[in-house]
Amino acid sequence: MGKKLTLQIRNFFKNDKENMLYFILPSLVGVLVFVLLPLVDVFLKSFQDRRSGELVGFANYGDAIHNDAFRLAVENTVKFELISVPLLMILSFLISVAVFHMKSNLVKFAFLIPMAIPSNSVAVIWKVLFADSGIVNGILTTVFQTEPINFFSGNAVFYLLVGTLVWKNLGYNMLIWLAGLAVIPKEINEAARVDGAGEIRIMLQMTLPNLKMSTFTVAVLSLVNSFKVYREAYLISGTYPDDHIYMLQHIFNNWFTKLGIGKMAAGAVLTAVSFFAVLLLMKQLILYERKKKRRKVRKGKEESGHEANC
Amino acid sequence: MKQIAKALVVLLAIICVLPVVFIITGAFMGTDELINILSPILSDGEGYATWHFIPLYPTLRNIVELLFDTPEYYVLFWNSIKIVVCILVGQMVFAVPAAWGLARSKTRWSRVVFIVYIFCMLLPFQVTMLSQYLILNELSMINTHLSLIVPMVFSTFPVFIIYSSFKQIPDSIIEAAQLDGAGKLRIYINMAMPIGAKGILAAMILGFLEYWNMVEQPVVFLKDMEQWPLSIYLPDFATDVAGRAFTFSMFSIVPALIVFSLGRKILAEGISVSGGDVG
Repeated sequence: MGKKLTLQIRNFFKNDKENMLYFILPSLVGVLVFVLLPLVDVFLKSFQDRRSGELVGFANYGDAIHNDAFRLAVENTVKFELISVPLLMILSFLISVAVFHMKSNLVKFAFLIPMAIPSNSVAVIWKVLFADSGIVNGILTTVFQTEPINFFSGNAVFYLLVGTLVWKNLGYNMLIWLAGLAVIPKEINEAARVDGAGEIRIMLQMTLPNLKMSTFTVAVLSLVNSFKVYREAYLISGTYPDDHIYMLQHIFNNWFTKLGIGKMAAGAVLTAVSFFAVLLLMKQLILYERKKKRRKVRKGKEESGHEANC
Repeated sequence: MKQIAKALVVLLAIICVLPVVFIITGAFMGTDELINILSPILSDGEGYATWHFIPLYPTLRNIVELLFDTPEYYVLFWNSIKIVVCILVGQMVFAVPAAWGLARSKTRWSRVVFIVYIFCMLLPFQVTMLSQYLILNELSMINTHLSLIVPMVFSTFPVFIIYSSFKQIPDSIIEAAQLDGAGKLRIYINMAMPIGAKGILAAMILGFLEYWNMVEQPVVFLKDMEQWPLSIYLPDFATDVAGRAFTFSMFSIVPALIVFSLGRKILAEGISVSGGDVG
C-alpha cells in the first residue's frame, strides 16, 4: 500500500517529459502565496478565537449565522443573484440572437460600451438620472404622468442595482453567446425550417441544446461578475447603504474595519462553500447530458483503442 | 415580428450608450448651463432636471480647468496608469508562461494545477480579503501600490484565457520544431507567443478594463489619497463644479474606450476562443 502510494505520487510528478514545470512554477509560487495561503488562513481562522487563537470549534460560525446583519446580507445577496443572473442570461441571449444576423458591428459595439465605463463615472451619471428630481423622474411625471420614484431607497434601489448589473454585463455575455452561435452549423436550422418547425421551436429545441457550453460559461461569468456590482453600490451609497442593498460584500467590508475577524472568517468560508456549491449545481444542471454523451464517446474510443492494440 | 425585435434591440443599444453621451455633453457645458438644467438636483430648485444633448454654449473651460488647475487629477491619473501597466507587464512575465506550460504539459499534476487556477479565478475577493491584507501587511506592502499590483500579477484569469488560445496550437507543429532542434525557450518565444498573440491581447484588454476600474482592493489596501487610483475617487458633484465632475468622468472613460475600440476585434476573437471551455 505504502509503496503503491509513493509510486503514484512519483508518477504524478514524473511523467513530465516536456518538463514544463519551469514555465508554471513562478506563477504557481505567486498563486500559492497570494491566493491559496490566504484561503487556508481564512479557513483556520474560522475555527479560532480571534484573540487567543485557541480552537473554538464552530463558535464563529454560530456568531455569524445568528448575526442579524449577516442574515440580511445573505437574504439580499441570494435574492439579487436569483433575479439578476437569470435576467442577464436571458436578455443577453435574446440580444445576441437578434444581433447575430445584423451586418453592422455598430450595434454590437454599443452593447459593449458599458463595460468600459468606470464605476465612479456610473455613480455620477446615476445621480443625474435617478435622483429624486432627476431626469428619469422628470420623464416619468411629465411624459407618462406617473408618480416619481425614489430610486435610491427601498425596493427601487435594489432593482436599480439589478439594472446596473445587467446594463454593464450585457455586452460581455453577448460576446460569449455569439461565439457559441457562430459554431452551430446553419444547415441544422434550415433543415428544421424546411420540416416546418417554427422559429421559437427551433430556438428552444435546436439552438439552445447546441449552446450548452456557452450557457455554462455565461452562467459562471454572470455569477462571478455579479459580485462586482458592489463597486457601483459602494460608490453610490457608501459602506452603509439602504437595507435593501446591504449585501455580503458590505458586511465583509464592515466586519473588516471593525476587526470582527472570527465572524468574518466563518462568513467567508460559508460564502466560498456555497458559491462553489452553486457553481457545481449549475454545472450539473446545464452540462449533465453532455457529460453522459462524452463518457459514451470516451468508452467507444477506449474500446476501439483496445481493438487496435489487439 | 422581426422588425419589432430589431427595433427593440437598437433601442436597448442606444440606452447602453446614452450614459457616455451624458458625460461627454456635460463635459462641454458651461457652469451656467449646468446650473440651469440641473438646479433641481444641485440646489433644490423647482421641478425636474433636464438635459441638452447639444450644449447651448459649448466650452472647453472645464477641460482646461481640469488639466491645468487640478494637480490632484494628475496624481490620480498617473497612479492608475502606473498600477495598470505594472500589473499587465507582470502578467506577461508570469501568467503567459504559466498558460503555455499548462497547455503543453500532459501530466496529472498540471491538470490539478489548472483546476486549482480556475477555482482561484472564480473566488470572490471578499473571501480572502482579510488574510490577503495580513500577508501584504507582513510584506509591508499595505498602503503602497505594490499591495494592488503584486496580488493581481498572480491573478489566474489571464492564465485561463491565454491557456485556451495556446491549446489551439497543434502538437505536430511543436514536435516538428523540436525535431529541428529548437529549445523550449525558443519554441515559447518564436512560436507560442506569436501564434497565441490574440489570446494574450484579449487577456490584456480585459485586464486593462478590469484594473482601470479597480475598487475593492484600493478601498481596503490603501489609506493615503496620494496613493489612490482614479477609480475610487468620487468627483465632487456640487453647483459650481458639476462641469468638472463630468469632465473628470470623461477623462476616466476615454483611456478605457480607446483601448476598447482598438482591441474590440481581438477581444471578440480572443473570447470566442476561450468561450469554448470553462470547467
